[in-house]
Amino acid sequence: MAKNTSTPNQKTMAANHKVGTAVATGLFAFLCAFIAFPLVCGLLGSFRDGQKVITTGMSLDLHSPVSLQNYRELFAKFAPSGMTDDVILNSQKYFMWYKNSLILTLTTVVLTLLVCYFIAYGLTMYKYKLQGFLFFMVIATMSVPFEILMLPLYQEITTLGIINTNAGVILPGLCAAGTIFFFKQYMTSLPKELLDAGRVDGCTEYGIAVKIMMPITKPAFASQAIMCAMGSWNNMLWPMLVYRDTNKFTLQIGLNTLLTPYGNNYNLLIAGSMFGILPILVIYLIFNRYLVEGMTSGAVKG
Amino acid sequence: MNKAKKLLYSQKIAPYVFVLPFILSLLIFWLYPLVTGITMSFQDVTFGGKAWIGTAHYAKLAGDKFFKIAVLNSVEYMALTLLLMVPIPMLLAVLMESRLTKARGVWKVIMYVPALTSVVISGLLFRLMFSEGVNGQMNVIMAAFGKPAQAWLKSKGTGWCALLLLCVWRWTGVNMLYYVAGLKAIDTSLYESGDIDGANGWQKFRYITIPLLKPTTVYVITISVFAGLSMFLESFMIWNGNSSPKNIGLTIVGYLYKRGIEKNDMGYACAVGVILMVIALAINFAQLLATGTFSLKKKKGE
Repeated sequence: MAKNTSTPNQKTMAANHKVGTAVATGLFAFLCAFIAFPLVCGLLGSFRDGQKVITTGMSLDLHSPVSLQNYRELFAKFAPSGMTDDVILNSQKYFMWYKNSLILTLTTVVLTLLVCYFIAYGLTMYKYKLQGFLFFMVIATMSVPFEILMLPLYQEITTLGIINTNAGVILPGLCAAGTIFFFKQYMTSLPKELLDAGRVDGCTEYGIAVKIMMPITKPAFASQAIMCAMGSWNNMLWPMLVYRDTNKFTLQIGLNTLLTPYGNNYNLLIAGSMFGILPILVIYLIFNRYLVEGMTSGAVKG
Repeated sequence: MNKAKKLLYSQKIAPYVFVLPFILSLLIFWLYPLVTGITMSFQDVTFGGKAWIGTAHYAKLAGDKFFKIAVLNSVEYMALTLLLMVPIPMLLAVLMESRLTKARGVWKVIMYVPALTSVVISGLLFRLMFSEGVNGQMNVIMAAFGKPAQAWLKSKGTGWCALLLLCVWRWTGVNMLYYVAGLKAIDTSLYESGDIDGANGWQKFRYITIPLLKPTTVYVITISVFAGLSMFLESFMIWNGNSSPKNIGLTIVGYLYKRGIEKNDMGYACAVGVILMVIALAINFAQLLATGTFSLKKKKGE
């Protein structure tokens, strides 16, 4: 009896499962198409006349003229033959911003990770009076939006004389609470016996932190490096306040200045925007496994 | 000298050396600007100096019609993003982790990509898709239905569609991944015992998944509240600068920026910042009370 009824039941269940699979997978395929759509529009737009794109929109019409002109102008710095001086100058400006962004991002990532690692180490590996209070303050700094501190910080940076410098952009965010928090979460699970072993071997407290503990914290470094690089490459509001000279601008600020209706830089804007996603996209595609680990650490433990 | 060196290398002093950058950063780049921000909100700050004017800024804010628009816009934006950015990513994550979805890795990688784009670039893309021009994607859709081209960004209803869609586009994948991580932390044996007790899919979702995802939900709500209330650059990019038609895109931080940076009225802008902080802390406090995060510790103690 049971055997007889189970066969058709299993069949309908299998059929249901198939339908469910098709619906669920189809839904995500549709969502991903929706997600890709603006980027595809932008990419197609970057092969069309910039002026026209900005005034009438990014055409998806495959019959309208397509050319490499925008990218030729973008890279005019490297292949200047047949380009007007204006175009070459713009291209030089663009790659200066690009370089500024790369330098700023690299410096920010290296400094932030090192400083945050040591802070988290100090907060995790020892027992002392202020420990609990300091960790509470890490959380407290997270619960005040940066935008509130922005104006007084701007004044402070001006007074300190580091306005218009990389230091002015980097220093206020150096001890990033999120990064400290992540390192601390990671280190809590590391065996503390290693510290004593190091001490027995005659290592100093600082030697242990650098030579013994840092190598085994590598995965945490990897995931935070990507998060930090993303944040720094795309950062806009604070650098916009700190940098005054056009030749110090980062790529994001620079691109934003191209939006003015006065200069006819739309070819550069649209091609430059697409090219500006590239570095972070490449890093993401190579390291995306670490990134997922990095971003989810705070959420699970709450 | 030798004694000092020994002390510096001792286990008592070492942790303080490790956390020293944090203490300095806390004092210089957090506490100091926070305190100056609050004090400046009670001062008239001009080029000549500062003069105490008591609560005059706050009295003026109470009657400031632009500030009222800004607060309403920010709160509305926050509320709408909460409605969109908590339940949808949660459901998507559940579906993603169900046995039904195939090729999960591919979808996850793609869904995170929008978060890699900067506000400048993604804002530009959405502005162009909602362009008044005939080639804007929205107007192409209108044309397909035989309707005339619209000025999407000139009225609040349609302009906010662009604004909210930009937010959904960029952050749905990120929030979904937070929930995916939360789901992975749930013990699968709970679902098995649910099966034994004859619970259906909905009951398992309602009584196992949702309660156990609470830490993730609290985290996602907290970051969404902050991000929503302090939204500025998205509006800045969609409306090309800080002046949208009839102030439909004016937010609290936009107003703070306008007053502090564009009009150089730091005192008044700081008062705006203080109000923002009060609203943000109040909402988060209410949220933590409502979700019972404060009582978690009590329960554990019992």
